[in-house]
Amino acid sequence: MKLQILIRRAIVALLLPSWAQAQVNPPFDQSGSPAGVRTASAGAFNAAMGVILNGTYGRLSQDPATDVLPGFALGPDTGPGERGFSLGESEINLNANIDDKFFGNLTFTLMPDNTAHVEEAFIRTIGLQEGLTLKTGRFFSGIGYLNEQHAHVWDFVDAPLPYRAMLANQLGDDGIQVRWLAPIELFLMEFGAEALRGDSFPAGGAANKGNGTQSFFVHVGGDAGIGGSWRSGLSHLNARADNRETGDAAHPDLFTGKSDLNIADFVWKWAPNGNPTVTNFKFQAEYFQRAEKGSFTTGSGSVTDAPVDGDQSGWYAQAVYQFMPRWRVGVRHDEVKADPVSAALQDTALDPAGHKPTRESAMIDFSNSEFSRVRLQYNRDYSRLNQADNQVFLQYIMSIGAHGAHQF
Amino acid sequence: MKTMIKFAILASLLTLTQPVLATLRAVACEPEWGALLQELGGDDVSVYTATSALQDPHRIEPRPSLIARLRNADFLICSGAELEIGWLPVLLQQASGRVQPGVPGYFEAASVVRLLEIPARLDRAQGDVHAAGNPHIQTDPRNIAQVAEALAQRLEAVDQAHAANYQARYADFAKRWQAATQRWQAQVGPLKGIRVVVHHKYFTYLEDWLGLQEVGQLEPKPGIPPTIGHMTELLASIKQVPTKMILRSAYDDPRGDEWFSERAHIPAVLLPGTVDGTPEAKDLFSLFDVTVQTLLKNAK
Repeated sequence: MKLQILIRRAIVALLLPSWAQAQVNPPFDQSGSPAGVRTASAGAFNAAMGVILNGTYGRLSQDPATDVLPGFALGPDTGPGERGFSLGESEINLNANIDDKFFGNLTFTLMPDNTAHVEEAFIRTIGLQEGLTLKTGRFFSGIGYLNEQHAHVWDFVDAPLPYRAMLANQLGDDGIQVRWLAPIELFLMEFGAEALRGDSFPAGGAANKGNGTQSFFVHVGGDAGIGGSWRSGLSHLNARADNRETGDAAHPDLFTGKSDLNIADFVWKWAPNGNPTVTNFKFQAEYFQRAEKGSFTTGSGSVTDAPVDGDQSGWYAQAVYQFMPRWRVGVRHDEVKADPVSAALQDTALDPAGHKPTRESAMIDFSNSEFSRVRLQYNRDYSRLNQADNQVFLQYIMSIGAHGAHQF
Repeated sequence: MKTMIKFAILASLLTLTQPVLATLRAVACEPEWGALLQELGGDDVSVYTATSALQDPHRIEPRPSLIARLRNADFLICSGAELEIGWLPVLLQQASGRVQPGVPGYFEAASVVRLLEIPARLDRAQGDVHAAGNPHIQTDPRNIAQVAEALAQRLEAVDQAHAANYQARYADFAKRWQAATQRWQAQVGPLKGIRVVVHHKYFTYLEDWLGLQEVGQLEPKPGIPPTIGHMTELLASIKQVPTKMILRSAYDDPRGDEWFSERAHIPAVLLPGTVDGTPEAKDLFSLFDVTVQTLLKNAK
């Protein structure tokens, strides 16, 4: 008797999933051959898990410990790179659909100094009405082009100078983002807005009761000819800083005030017939313009609450060409420029001393498969006053496990 | 705040000016499914095909124009079996709720056919293998028939107002397809058992249908471009087994095939692979006409 009930239960249990499937996939097969896969989602019920391993070997002619970018108070961890062997950030990513309405993503980063931090941890809506997408948690801001991309997909070892100077390489913070896609079929038009906590550079101290940073961005994009596509954007970031710490971590400089940043970005990708397998080309450029207004106090105590009111700007342009399968070469120019400062701020980090930092870079990389890449890069860096820094980096970037699709 | 208000005004303007469309707005990931949608959907469906036959469907840029297309789409058909895993997830992030995986408006062709080459061992050292099996199912007309049947039913479910039209078009298509398949079957006798080398594991289902014997691939591992070293080994290994031709699809780089062809003294043959892969392959019927004729010509 008991056995019968068990068997009946087992039959019901076996039938149920196939019945549920039939609701979505109407009865398909007349030949009786087993249907292959069900509608696949990454990793079924387990989150898709991926690991990025990367490391560099660097030769820098100037000591990275004494690095400066005259005119700019630099955020944390924005050095030019380490000398010798060094482990980059190792990244562990977990993501999956939470249910039919939410997607979740967690990326934590293990730093070479054995600390770990949450790089991104967000939830995002799936298929919300009318082209709206909401994201909340910690995430990379949608401003600019490069900011939203993880460092392992960058085409160069390091962030361009304007990113380094004005966003401490990359802006990620806690908050909420809303994106809206205009109902246009022929090209892309997207609007986005973010409210962020304001703990991350160029904000600091979670001013405005933890609502210190807002941003807006607009993207347009489309196809150009058979093999080309482009995207262009305008972004605005409005950050409040409350004793923002920069420079030497033990005796930091402090800034309190407003930081307004505008970014214009453009990217164009091309491949013969739109097939990037053999050869492809990518051009990208971004222009940054920032105004900071507030007061500045140096860590050394030489300046206390000096008024700051100045503009900074910067841009970079880069081109990357895959000349044969697996091999790419790239060149980049970047520069930043800061307004002269008042007498009170002379000889501080904000004083450009009449210097405009520039840098030229060239790289070549080889990807054995889409999961592995080895890169050689040369920088001629004129960030310092009257001193060129010749930098050579050898880098590997490898990916294990589920490897998420990359953005345009 | 001002900027936000401007956004809101612009947003509402754009929403209001959107035309009301009576047809089902469908997006097809690959040309073969676009063609099939056209056969079954007729005037009731407007079809946008995301990729061309000259593009490797494993490696598509998630272009802004594709994001815009999926924003308004009512229906999406893809091969599935992880073929589009490198780009479709990005497009779906902002896509309409009507085409998200799991809803009736999202259809994976591979989910209704028997998949071949399901790997016994999943290891990236084996190259870009698909856990679900080989996703290039469109090279066997029997698969097209199965997908057509399931797709017609799905279209009926999604667009019930036009269900009768889909039924009628499917009945007509199924009849013509069956007749065409019989015609091809009658012609392909001489192809049974011939040996071929392929560029990529793209023709597995075609081989299964025709009884071709695949003796090797130019790619050392799936997704890794041909190397001289690997092709030299392959040359030596086919010396003992008379091989008729090298097959490649429209998006494969022909240089490896030509190198191999010269040394093996067998023709490098381009098969359309999908609709528009060659100028003559205008639709699904001519796709197989061209495929069968090309194979017969080179098998002599």
